[in-house]
Amino acid sequence: MQHEVHTHGIDMAALGRQKQGLNLADETVALEVPGLNLFYGEKQALFDVAMNIPKQRVTAFIGPSGCGKSTLLRTFNRMNDLVDGCRVQGEIRLDGHDIYKKGVDVAELRRRVGMVFQKPNPFPKSIYENVVYGLRIQGVNQKRVLDETVEWALKSAALWDEVKDRLHDSALGLSGGQQQRLVIARTVAVQPEVLLLDEPCSALDPISTLKVEELIYELKSKYTIVIVTHNMQQAARVSDYTAFMYMGKLIEFGDTDTLFTNPAKKQTEDYITGRYG
Amino acid sequence: MKTKEQNLKTWFKSGSPWVWMTASGVSIAVIMTIGLLAVIAMRGLGHFWPADVIEAQYQVPGEAARVMAGELVQEEQVPRARLAAAGLPVDVKGGEFMTRELFKVGNREVYGSDFSWTVAEWMSEPRTPEDLMVMERREWGNFYGYLVNVKENGQVVAEGEAAWDELQNRISRVDDLHAQVVALEKGDIGRINHGLEQLRLESRKLELKGQLDATAQADLEARRAELDAEYKGLESRLIDLNQQLGRDSVAVKTADGREQDIALSKVVRAYQPNAMGTGAKLGFYVAKLWEFVSDEPREANTEGGIFPAIFGTIMMTLIMAVIVTPFGVLAAIYLREYAKQGPMTRIIRIAVNNLAGVPAIVYGVFGLGFFVYVLGGSIDRLFFPESAPAPTFGTPGLLWASLTLAILAVPVVIVATEEGLARIPRALREGSLALGATKAETLWKVVLPMASPAMMTGMILAVARAAGEVAPLMLVGVVKLAPSLPVDGNYPYLHLDQKIMHLGFHIYDVGFQSPNVEAARPLVYATAFLLVLVIALLNLSAVFIRNHLREKYKALDH
Repeated sequence: MQHEVHTHGIDMAALGRQKQGLNLADETVALEVPGLNLFYGEKQALFDVAMNIPKQRVTAFIGPSGCGKSTLLRTFNRMNDLVDGCRVQGEIRLDGHDIYKKGVDVAELRRRVGMVFQKPNPFPKSIYENVVYGLRIQGVNQKRVLDETVEWALKSAALWDEVKDRLHDSALGLSGGQQQRLVIARTVAVQPEVLLLDEPCSALDPISTLKVEELIYELKSKYTIVIVTHNMQQAARVSDYTAFMYMGKLIEFGDTDTLFTNPAKKQTEDYITGRYG
Repeated sequence: MKTKEQNLKTWFKSGSPWVWMTASGVSIAVIMTIGLLAVIAMRGLGHFWPADVIEAQYQVPGEAARVMAGELVQEEQVPRARLAAAGLPVDVKGGEFMTRELFKVGNREVYGSDFSWTVAEWMSEPRTPEDLMVMERREWGNFYGYLVNVKENGQVVAEGEAAWDELQNRISRVDDLHAQVVALEKGDIGRINHGLEQLRLESRKLELKGQLDATAQADLEARRAELDAEYKGLESRLIDLNQQLGRDSVAVKTADGREQDIALSKVVRAYQPNAMGTGAKLGFYVAKLWEFVSDEPREANTEGGIFPAIFGTIMMTLIMAVIVTPFGVLAAIYLREYAKQGPMTRIIRIAVNNLAGVPAIVYGVFGLGFFVYVLGGSIDRLFFPESAPAPTFGTPGLLWASLTLAILAVPVVIVATEEGLARIPRALREGSLALGATKAETLWKVVLPMASPAMMTGMILAVARAAGEVAPLMLVGVVKLAPSLPVDGNYPYLHLDQKIMHLGFHIYDVGFQSPNVEAARPLVYATAFLLVLVIALLNLSAVFIRNHLREKYKALDH
């Protein structure tokens, strides 16, 4: 317990220093959204959202419930395709290619843009099989490759030390926090370019939350991370850039420090000072 | 008064009435189940116990007294007037009711029937002599009486005290010989008959194709001659065995003093129940019970065992399960996972559910009309033209019985599987899709394994529904007595075109079609008990597999 808090303190300090001098305009773009509208049947859920997600940075989406932040996140790997009556207008470009163009291989897109959900959702298989699931789907079956992947994926999800002796036990025996890190390891194992985190800590206890946050901080050197969160403190702690959304519109998008300390829009200020939401 | 009302109110509020009501519901269900099992078990299983054989003086007023012997089967109180009305010379004075007893007296060839009603009042000097013997025979039912001597080729070899042991020895010799005869007939001769039939079909096939030329004919003829020669050898062995079987006989005497000879080849076993201790009786009981489940029926199904019926029931149910499970699961997957949910799928679902409510006999009629005549007829025309006009698949048989039961049970599998698929958390599907799996891969790797316990549940329900079904089977493949099992040593080993026996139909047949109603009654109970046992066993094994799967793929606690 004490150890956790201690580590956390160090990270916070590092985080704070790191964030100095960020500028959205200077970043390489990972995902380009020129202008996106999304409808659920007749109801419009996203209105002309335009933003560039910077590469190898953590971008947080904040906003009150139902503002469309999760919906927006899910458009990045076309998870919304699964929803009946969901219609998307506009483009989203990953490395310059529109992911909504006809003939795009959605499975391949999702391999490149991984996603972690609110509730930990490990498969009812062993820890090992959970991690190699994506590889097996791609047809990788050499034991050596799989073994290596399991080790580095679990290590990069900071779970290796806790589970290395019981890799073949059921993943359902892990605690909630461990399960969520396992899901992150599973997602990392297929080496995506972008990692989408949809409120990854909302079902976790505070200590597990801290661990996942540290993990996000470590992963950002390799992956572009987009995180949706309800928790403004969390956004402030882990993200480099923050987007504030309200009623399906992107209100403000900028580096996290500026957005939290000196928001340009009145609505943003109202939200972060707790006047609504 | 007020307090009483108040008390009643609080009593209702406390929930006790509910507890009582619900608990009594459960108890009634439990009592009915146990009662059902107990009744059929007791009535059925008691039949195999070697009861004492009673010998007594029986004097019908106005007739000569005679000695009778038999097992007491049943006792009942009958109004005196009714007996008098039945034409019995009953004394009009006396109590209102008289005791009437049913004895199994055997010796059908002497008395005309195995059972005899007697009036207890007219019976005197009941005794249980130790040397009174029961002989189970292959025909004419049981014999009750005394052993006089044992003969070999008509010459007396043992008499008096020594005769009993000599009889037992010779019965076991006859048993051996009999087993050899059966093995020869079913095994080697069966194989040759099968071979000859194949040759006939082959020749007919060539003839139909117009390829039956001299060389082919010579070849067939040579093979036929080979089989014929082999058959000749076996036939002489069979004749030899039969002669050996006919060697011994016994002279016996009924309780009322009639003597006769019985060939030992017709005797299954002989025992003296009055001389047996409890241990010996128990041993005898177990042997009889084993014969019942492992042997073939004799005497129009009223004696011997019911093994072919057990085998047929299990075989048919297993084939049904093998057909129905994949079929139902596939249908459920399409309905739940691929079909666009709308009015059409809703209509299909309602139709499927209603299918489960169609009376079973309707399926039987359908199976006969479609499977047997249309499908089987076409198969015969296409693949077995050589055996025409005798049908191969165009006649009721194992395959059609299984298929008919499969369509009868498929709604159950569909519904159960659909429910299982619906219960898989959406989060897990999304998790798989988010890792780059396609919908099909997700289905195959995550959803279906997790839904497998539900599929097993469906199968269990299907088996439970189908195994006990009798009505449709009468039309599509179950018979009173099948000459052979659907599995044997002749290619293709499993004969789907053969007719089978079935426990459910056996109950009906023994109970209602039997020439010997009194003898058949306990068998009805015993068979019913066995049917319940077989279904329970099939279900338990499926439940075992399901629980194993459930443990393996236990869903998340969301």
